[in-house]
Amino acid sequence: MIPELGHFALALAIAFALAQAVIPLWGAHRGDVRLMQAAPALALGQALALSVSFGCLIYASVMDDFTVLNVAENSHTLKPLLYKITGAWGSHEGSILFWCLILGLCGAAVALFSAPLPASLRARVLGVLALSAFGFELFTLIESNPFARIWPAPDNGRDMNPLLQDPGLAFHPPILYSGYVGMAIPFAFAIAALLEGRIDAAWGRWVRPWTLAAWCCLTGGIALGSWWSYYVLGWGGFWFWDPVENASLLPWLTATALLHSAIVVEKREALKIWTVLLAIGAFAFSLSGTFLVRSGILNSVHSFANDPARGVFILGLLGLLIGGSLLLFAIRAPLLGASGVFAAVSREGALVMNNILLCSITAVVLTGTMYPLFADLLLSQKISVGPPFYNATVLPLAAPVFVAMAVGPLMSWKRTALMPALLKLWWVALIAAIVGIVATFGMNALPALFMAAAAWMILGAFADIIERIRLFRIPLASSLSRLVSLPLQAFGTTLGHAGLGVTVAGIAGMSMAVQEVVLVKPGATVHLAGYDWTLQELHDAAGPNYNARVATIAVRRDGRLITTLAPERRAFTTQTMTTTEAKIHTNLTRDLYAVLGEERDGAAVLRLHDNTMAPLIWLGALVMAAGGACSLADRRLRVAAPKRAAKSDALLAGRT
Amino acid sequence: MKRKHRRMLLVGALVLGLGSATILVFQAFRSTGELFVVPSKIAAEAPKGDRVFRLGGMVEAGSLKHLQEGSRPAVRFRVSDGVASVDVTYVGILPDLFREGQGVVTMGKLQPDGSFAAQEVLAKHDENYMPGDMADELKKTGWKPENGAPPPAALWNAAQKNAALSSTKVGG
Repeated sequence: MIPELGHFALALAIAFALAQAVIPLWGAHRGDVRLMQAAPALALGQALALSVSFGCLIYASVMDDFTVLNVAENSHTLKPLLYKITGAWGSHEGSILFWCLILGLCGAAVALFSAPLPASLRARVLGVLALSAFGFELFTLIESNPFARIWPAPDNGRDMNPLLQDPGLAFHPPILYSGYVGMAIPFAFAIAALLEGRIDAAWGRWVRPWTLAAWCCLTGGIALGSWWSYYVLGWGGFWFWDPVENASLLPWLTATALLHSAIVVEKREALKIWTVLLAIGAFAFSLSGTFLVRSGILNSVHSFANDPARGVFILGLLGLLIGGSLLLFAIRAPLLGASGVFAAVSREGALVMNNILLCSITAVVLTGTMYPLFADLLLSQKISVGPPFYNATVLPLAAPVFVAMAVGPLMSWKRTALMPALLKLWWVALIAAIVGIVATFGMNALPALFMAAAAWMILGAFADIIERIRLFRIPLASSLSRLVSLPLQAFGTTLGHAGLGVTVAGIAGMSMAVQEVVLVKPGATVHLAGYDWTLQELHDAAGPNYNARVATIAVRRDGRLITTLAPERRAFTTQTMTTTEAKIHTNLTRDLYAVLGEERDGAAVLRLHDNTMAPLIWLGALVMAAGGACSLADRRLRVAAPKRAAKSDALLAGRT
Repeated sequence: MKRKHRRMLLVGALVLGLGSATILVFQAFRSTGELFVVPSKIAAEAPKGDRVFRLGGMVEAGSLKHLQEGSRPAVRFRVSDGVASVDVTYVGILPDLFREGQGVVTMGKLQPDGSFAAQEVLAKHDENYMPGDMADELKKTGWKPENGAPPPAALWNAAQKNAALSSTKVGG
């Protein structure tokens, strides 16, 4: 009964979505206020129906209802409860329903917080959101129905891929999907603006918080995915330039560019057409990120839910959505009016430079990801594009971004000379140079250079705040009072930029990582990176749905016990699959990392890593996301506040 | 006049950014594109120099040998595509899903003695892993996907050699 209820709720959501797409858009076209006002209620209805539908799927999974095909294929009575719940979004059908649910929730959020928007813009934004939701919900219902039944029901399910039974991966999809789907909101704003035929500073102010929220989720989701592959796959690497990873990097790069160009729209009413294009691009990359990888067109080492048979519908839907919006862009963009042209050396000039570089990096990553496909189709040549390609292309383009990141926020709007901004950074340059020189003692030239860049970025980010509070130039007390009254957005910028610096430091530091693969008997000790790793014993242990072989490794430094690591090999009974559970001891500056391999004649193969500075990679991403959240908390940015903010902004504008 | 200048500057910056990106891409493709190669291709025409490439094929049943280099564990196995096979050596832990008789992709360099030193052995997180590239190449050497999974690699060499021979005879 419950699965049928979920099925029905899904159909209801489609009806809501269709109504939400047609009525407000028609109303906005005709100027009928009553039709336009129907949108928020319909959006809430759609979100509610989708929540009920997804709730039913979770219920079926938790209750082990194996008459539901999706549950039978992905669950098992012995599977721990947490993974029964998270399994609802771990399977192919469930993940697409979940995707729709988040899109529905985004629509509800816009409906709730968009009351101050002009009625026609609000109706169009919600209408566009519903139009895309309609397409994907229809796909779920027709092509990938998670509530399909099987009869007779199997005695037990086939269980979930053991690699997915991990707390890190349990929360990776919700966060990443929120980032992907969140890009639908700036997209809807962009399409609505094209339909309206006008964009103003207020538009930039409304779009930015939504973009920022989605960007935070995307940053967190990518970091969580990278962290998962670091400790679950047991390869000790954190980024493989795999198509799936690139698919998440492309919307992130575009969204980062969008965040920055929206500032120019808001402050200077320039770059309008470009910003609209970026908003369309960010959502297009998000869509292709989620679905191209699933369609089986791109080969990937770690995509799970993969189903080429359904690819055609999805490809058609993607083509319709992306092609349609680009067509609309081509027709309507000239209406938005020519952008104002501004001085090259100015804050807006720096933001344009940021956009050019980020888009160049996007283009390079896109080329690398798609090239094997085209090389195969056109040249019938099998080529895979690996990390060396991306190192050779992305790093040279990222370097100027890193350099400019510290300078940009110190430049003022409209016009300025470059020198004053650079002079404010002399001490940052000095410290960065010292860091770089010191780093050459421990690592090669290139990582040392990036170490210096990291120091430049982190300190440069704080230079902005130090400038603003005039530290050491006025009494400390008045500096502090200035610090308290700084807008949160200033801290957001600082944290965001510093966070990237921390990540870069971590990546550069990983070049000092050492690893060793050894074959040792219990009791033997291995010396690696100044630590003594002793394999104490090997034993068997039973888990809920697997049997594990556990190694106990004591790690000592100068005779003092640092930690005891217990890496495992788990043999899952239902899926006849073995997984390696790496164990990591971290003190936030280095990871001691141990993996257990197979055993031969009483000796075990161990892989031991000392990953210097590795935790900084994910810590930096966390700082970046926190910076975004900080900006989001700024009152001036909140959607409800534009009217109040308009006044204070006028005051600010008078001051500068 | 000034407006025009500024616009030119913007266009110039754009061209510079995307232009350097394009140049970097072409440079990188020339030096780092990793070819995917199956053993029969190595027999016909080995990739030049000591370039890193990907070698894919089936692990021949019974060919996996565990060795030891000092205290470091190593393995040696044969990778076959039905027409030719290549010895592969690898120092490290094999992926969990590495099995004899199943597909594998390794990345490394060809050694002077004709064997292949793998720096990396890749396997997917799935039992029935068959990389798309490899499926295509295996089809060329005679495997038909509609007949089900590829046969175990022990039989694979002999059976496929006959099939390949007969098909070349027919072709000739």
